[in-house]
Order: sequence, then C-alpha cells, then structure tokens
Amino acid sequence: MRYARPNTPDAKIDFDTRYDNFIGGEFVAPRRGEYFEDITPVTGRPFCEIARSTEEDVDLALDAAHGARARWGRTSAAERANILNKIADVMEAHLEELAVAETWDNGKPIRETLAADLPLAIDHFRYFAGCIRGDEGTLAELDEHTVAYHLKEPLGVVGQIIPWNFPLLMAAWKLAPALAAGNCVVLKPAEQTPATILRWAQLVGHLLPPGVLNIINGFGVEAGKPLARSPRVAKVAFTGETTTGRLIMQYASENIRPVTLELGGKSPNLFFGDILDRDDEFLQKALEGFAMFCLNQGEVCTCPSRALIDRTIYDRFLELAVARTRAVVPGDPLDTDTRIGAQASNDQLEKILAYIDIGKKEGARLRLGGERVRLGGDLEGGYYVAPTIFEGHNKMRIFQEEIFGPVIAVTGFDGFDDAIQLANDTLYGLGAGVWTRSAHQAFRAGRAIEAGRVWTNCYHLYPAHAAFGGYKQSGIGRETHRMMLDHYQQTKNLLVSYDPKPMGFF
Amino acid sequence: MALIARLRARHGPLMFHQSGGCCDGSAPMCYPAGEFLIGARDVLLGEVDGCPFYIGGDQYERWRHTRLTLDVVPGRGAGFSLEAPEGVRFLIRSDLCEVPGAE
Repeated sequence: MRYARPNTPDAKIDFDTRYDNFIGGEFVAPRRGEYFEDITPVTGRPFCEIARSTEEDVDLALDAAHGARARWGRTSAAERANILNKIADVMEAHLEELAVAETWDNGKPIRETLAADLPLAIDHFRYFAGCIRGDEGTLAELDEHTVAYHLKEPLGVVGQIIPWNFPLLMAAWKLAPALAAGNCVVLKPAEQTPATILRWAQLVGHLLPPGVLNIINGFGVEAGKPLARSPRVAKVAFTGETTTGRLIMQYASENIRPVTLELGGKSPNLFFGDILDRDDEFLQKALEGFAMFCLNQGEVCTCPSRALIDRTIYDRFLELAVARTRAVVPGDPLDTDTRIGAQASNDQLEKILAYIDIGKKEGARLRLGGERVRLGGDLEGGYYVAPTIFEGHNKMRIFQEEIFGPVIAVTGFDGFDDAIQLANDTLYGLGAGVWTRSAHQAFRAGRAIEAGRVWTNCYHLYPAHAAFGGYKQSGIGRETHRMMLDHYQQTKNLLVSYDPKPMGFF
Repeated sequence: MALIARLRARHGPLMFHQSGGCCDGSAPMCYPAGEFLIGARDVLLGEVDGCPFYIGGDQYERWRHTRLTLDVVPGRGAGFSLEAPEGVRFLIRSDLCEVPGAE
C-alpha cells in the first residue's frame, strides 16, 4: 500500500505553507519576519516554510516559559501525568497522520514510523506519566528528633536541542521527562526536520498551559546557540555530535549549568561462532541483527555499523548476511513495502558518499552497494543510498567514525579477547550488540564492552524503562528511563529538628 | 574560498573544528575565531585560507593517515556552524597520505 503524499488528494495529513514558532501557547511569527524552506528528502524539494528565529525569538520563548514556570511547577503530579496521557491519546488517535508527516519530513520508510517512531513516542509520554505518579522523595531519620526530608523540585526552565534522525521520538524522549518533572521547556528542533513537531504542536499544544512548551525554529548558530548560552535556562539537553557537545558544555560552564548530552557512537555488533551451530530461527534472528544497520537508513546514534564476526564462521556468516541485506532495496518511503527510505538531507547524502569514497581508497573490500540510488520519477532528486557492506580492519576510518548512513564495516575476530579488544577500540561507547547461543559468553561480553547499552541477542529495541546513554565520548546522562527524571529535578533538603530544647552550644 | 570570504566579512576571523560522533558528526564546524575553546589535546591540522583547522587529539590519532580536503555542498547546516543559514554545508573529503609513524 502506498500512502498519498501530504497536500495531495486522499492524503492523511497536509502541511501548512508556513510554520511559525510555538510560544506561550500560540504560533508567533519570528521578529525579523524571515523563513527558510523545509525540504522533503523523499523528492529533494521544499514543501513548507519554517520560522528562521534569532535571539529575540529565543528571549520571547524564555519569557513565556518563565511566566508559566511557577504555576506549572506547583501542579500536582497527577495533573501533569493526566496531561501527558492526553498528549499520548491524541497522538494515538492521529498515529497514521503523524507517521506520514514524519516520513515526509525525514525520509524514513512509513513502515518504521507506523511501527516504531510513533508507538514509541506515544508510549514515552505514558511511561513518564506513570513515573511521575510513582516518584517520591525520601526521608532519613537522623536521630530521635531530627529528620532530613529530600523533596524533588523541577529545575525551572530547560533548553532542549534535538536531532533530525527521529524528530518526533527524540522530542518525546526529552519532553516527557522534563514536563513530567514540572519544568517548562524551550525546544529547538533540527533545521532539517522541524515540520512534524510543529504539526504535532498544532494537535497537542492546547493540552498544556501556555508557556509550558515553547518551540523555536531556525538554524543552530542563530537560534540554538542563544538558547544554549542563555543564563535563563537551568539545564541544556542536546543530542548530536562531539564538537557541538563540547561547545554546549563550554556555554553551560559560563553559567554553571548542568547538561545532558547524547553524542553518538560507532557501535560494534559481535557475532560469536556458535550462531552457526544450527540452522534455525535464532540464526535467522542473528542475520536480521546484522541487517539492522539499514534501520532508519543507518541514521541512528547506535547504528550497528561495525560487524565483528568470529573467524570460525566468518565467510559463511557474511555470505548469508550479504544475501539478507541484498533484499533491502531503497524505495518510495510512503510505500508500506519499502524497507529503506531516503537520507535526511543532501549534506548527509554527500557525507555518506564521501565516506564510501574513503572506504574504497583505504582498501576496504566492497561487498554490496556503495552508491547513490536514483529512483526515477519525482523521487529522482531524493537522497537514496544503497545498503553498503565493506570488509576491512578496525583502524580504517569507516570503522572509526559514525557514517550515519546504511554503511556497515565488517571484520573478523580471533577468540573472545580479540572480540572485546576490537569492540572497545573506539572513542565512543553508546551501543553494542552481542549474538551468541551461550548465556555465559553473552554475559561476559556484555559486561566487558564499554558501552551504555549492550543489546544481547537483539538489536535496535528502544523501549521506555531501559536506560539509554553513553560511555566515553558518547555523552552524559541516561534517557528513556525514570532515572532521567533526576536530570530534570533539584533536590531540596529540609533538615528539621523536632526537638524543642536548645542545643546549649551558644 | 568564496564562502569563507563571505563568512569572514560577516563574522570576522574564523576557525574550524572537526566533529565526530553521530548526526552531523564527522563534519567540520566553522565558528568565529576563539568561539570554541581549544583544549590542550586538540591538534592544529593546518590553515584553510588563513583560518586554523583543529581536530580532537583522540580523533587525530585515528584520522592521521588521511589527508582532508574542505569542500562545500548544498545543505541544511548543522550544529552551530556559521555557514548553515547560507544553505550550504562544509564537508570533508579524504585521501590517503603517508604519515611517518602512522599505521
């Protein structure tokens, strides 16, 4: 089945020709009156205009957030949880529409937005609605008369800068815990993919008191930077890459503010020799685990883009894996049969092609793909790349940098220690995968790999209530778990004496 | 060069820092000179039209066997890099080179 494109007859959803910022509960034009084009990677053509904001607009959003802060911070957990649940309900009622919108804005296949992006985003609001209802402070009875109460308070107004690979889901990951904890938010979507979030705000914005959620659009340097640098944000959350991550820490240091950062990785996917012991469902699952590098066109911070295969099964397993991946062919993202869609932007496409180029120059052996795909018709200008499999060694650039495309770099290992050494020979430590029939080996490997999440006999699951975050240069903080609430809360300690007698000290 | 001249006219002296990680990682970031605090372990790779180009020390170790060429492509921009509003994006192209001591 093929979904009609937005703004055509029978479309599930239409976009407005222009989107302003969402500030104080209404859509507000940018002060300077400038807009930029949002391009759909499906065709490479612009489909709407987005506010190009500057510091004045960020200030306006911060004014609105600070205006709403005291009252929102005092609402009961039940009230906030109810609102988050209502947001989830509205999203669920409009799931197909938002899925089509997200596919159009980002380029990912509708199969994924229907089955993953939207259901996960919806569940995320419900999860944090539940978490905040169950959240509680602590008290310590220090002695007979003295009690230390630890009460949790919202930070106040927080800034969130989100990426373009899962626009709505990444917004949900950051918004749900922040709002649940009682914070007001100024959110800056990526300039590549702002439209769905604004369309979403049209659907759910009225559920929140004005000023609690504010969305500022524009370029990083013009709108993101003043947000990250503002002394009026109590915390900055960012998902992206290392140089901007460092810069955000640097800005935060000017104001002594906390940050949480998710900066990506170069995730190893380890395939141990016992996988081939039997030709069964588990082998098929492991092969699917290899092909997971194609999910979201490889534009995932935890893309399993380094496959490390036991030398004892290397040739046979890779042969099967190449065959499995060959079935993943780029197509119209709005077709429910399409398994891989368009890269999110032209510069992303160019970067992937530049990496394929250096892979070849470094002498890596190309086993599959390795080129841009022209789909013809009006998809001709879209940004499609064939799933690409390289064989090489771990010192090659394609093994060390997250290409953020459907490109996997494959090498072999000799024994457990070599596997772990290769897995950890990276600057990053966000995700990893381990495939084995041995529970002992799975546990040992999972503990030895320096990464925040080790998928074991699975990959690319992103359920709420499993912590997600990085070791090493992959960032700071853990998302998608109730522990993220702590990153959006202050601890107030009331140290109370119930003893009427003086201490007798002075 | 034309883009660098245009950005320099608007923002003053410039600097570059090579990013890593996800999303817009492995892309070079362009800032006003001095905006990005260079750390003790960052490595100065050279200058592009008079603008210093840095890379993180750990990343340098993994990239040192390649020669980098700064290019520009149409794009949406990324991070806080200055060229984004111009509708273009700096891009790194790479070639192999011989570096003494490199693998």
